[in-house]
Amino acid sequence: MSNTIKQPIEPPIAGPAGKLIVWVDQRFPLMSLWNEHLAQYYAPKNFNFWYYFGSLAMLVLVMQIVTGIFLTMNYKPDAKYAFASVEYIMRDVSFGWLIRYMHSTGASMFFLVVYLHMMRGLMYGSYRKPRELLWIFGCMIYLALMAEAFFGYLLPWGQMSYWGAQVIINLFAAVPIIGEDLAIWIRGDFNIGDATLNRFFAFHVIALPLVLLGLVAAHIMALHEVGSNNPDGVEIKKDLDPKTGTPRDGIPFHPYYTVKDIVGVVVFLAIFSAIVFFAPEMGGYFLEKPNFEQADPLQTPAHIAPVWYFTPFYAMLRAVPSFLGSQFWGVAVMGAATLILFVLPWLDRGKVRSIRYRGPLYKRFLASFVVSFLILGYLGVVPTTVWGQVPHAIPVIGGIDTATIVSRILTAVYFAFFLLMPWYTKKDIPNEKPEPTRVTY
Amino acid sequence: MSAIVLNEVDPKKRRTLVIGGCALGAVAGAAVAVPFIGSMFPSERAKAAGAPVEYAIDKIEPGQLVTVEYRGAPHWIIRRTPEMIAQLAKNDALLADPASDGSKQPAVAKNPNRSIKPEIFVVKGVCTHLGCSPTYRKELAPADLGADWPGGFFCPCHQSKFDMAGRVFKGMPAPKNLDITAYRFEGDNTVVIDADAKEA
Repeated sequence: MSNTIKQPIEPPIAGPAGKLIVWVDQRFPLMSLWNEHLAQYYAPKNFNFWYYFGSLAMLVLVMQIVTGIFLTMNYKPDAKYAFASVEYIMRDVSFGWLIRYMHSTGASMFFLVVYLHMMRGLMYGSYRKPRELLWIFGCMIYLALMAEAFFGYLLPWGQMSYWGAQVIINLFAAVPIIGEDLAIWIRGDFNIGDATLNRFFAFHVIALPLVLLGLVAAHIMALHEVGSNNPDGVEIKKDLDPKTGTPRDGIPFHPYYTVKDIVGVVVFLAIFSAIVFFAPEMGGYFLEKPNFEQADPLQTPAHIAPVWYFTPFYAMLRAVPSFLGSQFWGVAVMGAATLILFVLPWLDRGKVRSIRYRGPLYKRFLASFVVSFLILGYLGVVPTTVWGQVPHAIPVIGGIDTATIVSRILTAVYFAFFLLMPWYTKKDIPNEKPEPTRVTY
Repeated sequence: MSAIVLNEVDPKKRRTLVIGGCALGAVAGAAVAVPFIGSMFPSERAKAAGAPVEYAIDKIEPGQLVTVEYRGAPHWIIRRTPEMIAQLAKNDALLADPASDGSKQPAVAKNPNRSIKPEIFVVKGVCTHLGCSPTYRKELAPADLGADWPGGFFCPCHQSKFDMAGRVFKGMPAPKNLDITAYRFEGDNTVVIDADAKEA
């Protein structure tokens, strides 16, 4: 707040609307917010395809909140009525099917755009100094999003809802000493029941959305403090136009990138609508088949798998055998696989940010990381018997599944990408193309 | 505002007030957290639920599994055939905990058959890995479980395998044999599952 009286701005447009803007700006930092975050926020001019996903993630967040509000108008968070109320929404509520399919498709699309957004950060070194905190806020958003998706998945009270929650809550029971009580505390009962459903509803519709909104605000504030990275990884603020004092390689976010993002939104919504109208279940990947049956605490479905966006971590969990009479190790590996993302900015010792100017070692490690993640994602969907068995000498009942061995190797590759990063990013031989001083396009 | 004269500010008093206020606030915060965290534990109604369940076993055919709900979890009562009981003795080399030393069961059921009577097997049907309910796979050597499958339970979630006494095989995600909840016989034909029962 300034201690001097604010002078009215020149009306940005003619007529009464301009006068209204002047009136509001006298009482609210309208123009300074607009300029700081849009009209005078300079973003590098070489953004490519990968830069659509941040704004698309925000769009999906808004869609999830709006469709979610309308779903709560007819949903009943009660173990007796939940499943029937979802059927009611699908069959009897006007446009209920559409709102619910938008919400369920939105969940999968949220993860899709977030994974692509994270991939962009990995490729172009967007987590590097001074963007460490921006990256950490992003990782927290990812964790909150996983929690949000998990809580939401219990609400339809189908078989997959129930048994998925059973497995995830029991992950906490694997924690040494306090595990059992922790799991009971999370469930609010000795088994998953009405108490669990009710609190998951509370977390899903109010607690985590608030956390997510707060984190997204922090993510954007941190971004606008340090400025956007770009596909070349060069810092545009180092090269200012002496006349205007703005980056020579930067363009105002509005109108240049608002217009670009609008085009991205149109394409995205076309794809989104095609899924909602023609393949909302996506062959059992977005809405799993056993979830069309009501939860039965006495009968686990014959094949259970989480929704696709959790399967890489699920495959890791499944690949780790119990050790020293405890199943905690698989849980620890799965937890470490997500938490290790947080320290990424301090593992990378490379001289350049962008993959365009990195050496071959980094490219190979990143490629094998991506391939492992995708194959683990596939293996998390299918039964472990999918690839038959490996020959073995030790007596193990049912033999050793090839897919389990492959999962173990790929889990090691996943962690090698992070744990060996200080070594290979330093050792890497330079790229034949040196990092330019200004962005290329 | 009239002038804030610097030498009228007492920084020591300000510090005391800030530290004292924050310390009291922290205590109050911790005290207030107790009821909120406490409210998430099982309610009195949830704790009261869970009376013993009785099941008449005379109608169970040899080899048949019956599922009974006890405290929200599936419990199985199986009448094992003599072949099944004979097979149990041959599994030891393949098992992670053949004598059930690291597993949970009442003392009367801590034997190779893990039961009070060899033919009647009562067990909590919940995998000790992450809580799924295994499927009953009594048939020998089915295509999906391999030629050496001796009959038992197979968990669809993470592929843990157990024998016909709920004992876990080596190399499985599950660390322990299936839990056995305390139970007793009332007469020859009734099984009573009652976790709080005193062991006879």
